[in-house]
Amino acid sequence: MSKKSFIEANRISFSYPSYEGEIPSLVLDGIDVSIEEGEFVAVLGHNGSGKSTLAKHFNAILVPTEGSVSVSGISTAEEARLFEIRQEVGMVFQNPDNQIVATIIEEDVAFALENLGVPPAEIRERVDDALRKVDMYDYRLHAPNQLSGGQKQRIAIAGIVAMRPKCVVLDEPTAMLDPKGRREVMKTVKQLNKELGITVVIITHYMDEAAMCDRVVVVDDGKIIMDSTPEKVFGNVELIKERGLDVPQVTELCHELRKEGIDIPESVLTEEECVAVLENLLKGGAQNG
Amino acid sequence: MLKDITFGQYFPGDSIIHRLDPRMKLILIIVYIVLLFVADGLFSLLIGAAMGIAFYALSKLPWKLVIKCIKPIMPIIIFTAVLNIFFVEGDPIFEWKFISVSGKGVLTAVLMCIRIICLIAGSSLLTYTTTPIALTDGLERLMKPLQKIKVPVHELSMMMTIALRFIPTLIDETQKIMAAQKARGADMESGNIIEKAKALIPILIPLFVSAFRRADELALAMECRCYHGGEGRTRMKQLKLTAKDFGAAIFVAGGFAAVILMNMFGPEVFRL
Ligand SMILES: Nc1ncnc2c1ncn2[C@@H]1O[C@H](COP(=O)(O)OP(=O)(O)O)[C@@H](O)[C@H]1O
Ligand SMILES: [Mg+2]
Repeated sequence: MSKKSFIEANRISFSYPSYEGEIPSLVLDGIDVSIEEGEFVAVLGHNGSGKSTLAKHFNAILVPTEGSVSVSGISTAEEARLFEIRQEVGMVFQNPDNQIVATIIEEDVAFALENLGVPPAEIRERVDDALRKVDMYDYRLHAPNQLSGGQKQRIAIAGIVAMRPKCVVLDEPTAMLDPKGRREVMKTVKQLNKELGITVVIITHYMDEAAMCDRVVVVDDGKIIMDSTPEKVFGNVELIKERGLDVPQVTELCHELRKEGIDIPESVLTEEECVAVLENLLKGGAQNG
Repeated sequence: MLKDITFGQYFPGDSIIHRLDPRMKLILIIVYIVLLFVADGLFSLLIGAAMGIAFYALSKLPWKLVIKCIKPIMPIIIFTAVLNIFFVEGDPIFEWKFISVSGKGVLTAVLMCIRIICLIAGSSLLTYTTTPIALTDGLERLMKPLQKIKVPVHELSMMMTIALRFIPTLIDETQKIMAAQKARGADMESGNIIEKAKALIPILIPLFVSAFRRADELALAMECRCYHGGEGRTRMKQLKLTAKDFGAAIFVAGGFAAVILMNMFGPEVFRL
């Protein structure tokens, strides 16, 4: 028997229930994807391509009409083990306001644990721990509406982290935030992955965020059209643009320079790398001339 | 301006009354209301009034709050008093043409006024010194036994909590929508009542649409956090009765006993 991946989607298709007489359109169309423990995966795709629908299959909010999804070997169709799955794979959504339930921050972070019937003393400990991990411990007694968007989003993350999940799926967590909030949230998400070893799947529209990940999956029209490292995916600038997506600014710049015949390695992704390469080139150019 | 209505009832403080367990406060206020109706004479009722005054003094809240909570029901108090004075039968102490006032009528009116004032002031003190969320929590725990007869106690308290959570959010949103409609030239200040009500429609419709969208997303987020009703649910914060709660209970019990004794052995004057 082959070892199963942490999350494994096997040829899944899905269509939302439709009105009588209407032909249901496939939102997911035979997707095959597996996610290993500890990975940091970005999911890209334009609006309506089925990213959120796919994400909802990872913690049994939706079950595929065809094919199967398993989390830690448990099939998401197994209703009796629903809470086990949701505890392993937590989910954070776009609008920070619409996922905070309680009027006091620490009570909101405790919400999942209360639902799971964890003993009070242990809840307290895990809530404090989760709040420290997202760096919001000092705000534990505040009301949600006293916080900024980025802070609220970190509280939402803490509410999930308190469950001690193996994986967090974030559905465009930074889409409604200002640049400062985005930075805070991305820093927290990176910490989850690098320091706590939590598997992260992040759906995003920001290409610089995708460039931070270890793996990029591009979804288009319910199918996965690319699934590789950010270098490889963004290396294919033409295809990405054809699908109505952007590439990170750095990639775009390098691509244009390469077209002009300037030699820049394909692996350049971050601003720092780009600056270093360009500096080198300019120095080299100065010496030659 | 809109923000005032949100938590206008609660006055933060650190007095002993503020720190009492919400469950104890709820029980004691019920006992206190019963006490007010058990008292059948002026002297018994004055004991009840004295207890109310003692509670207010202990809460360290400004006295003008009593006036604030009585004001809205002033018409009712006056109306009851007038009815009692003129329509209670008894030996007349004052007669003029067809109007006759009996001693009993005056006494009933006075007792009724004291009762209503104490009742309103007492229950207002509860909301003045307890956050809405603590009240909800206390109510849920007190009513837990009702779950056996299928009262959805947990669900009601969850709804209450979510309502409290979203009031500030929706108020913010209302203000944004109002500003947006004004920017499009909506006129909300002028006109008669009907015109003003009509001007509310372009505010209420987007507000409702957004509230439904929020509800949808919140439900999803709750599902992701394993919410499945009140069954098997624990709470992080446990309410614990402490010495001061028992102290308060003894105080109210003592007051109750005093009222009953006064009813039985007190002077026979000013009785109904
Ligand atoms: N609850 C729903 N009911 C019916 N159709 C839906 C629902 N949610 C999404 N869809 C449809 O499914 C498609 C994919 O949506 P979604 O997964 O949200 O895409 P993305 O997150 O990539 O923008 C869209 O065409 C959308 O209209
Ligand atoms: Mg989406």
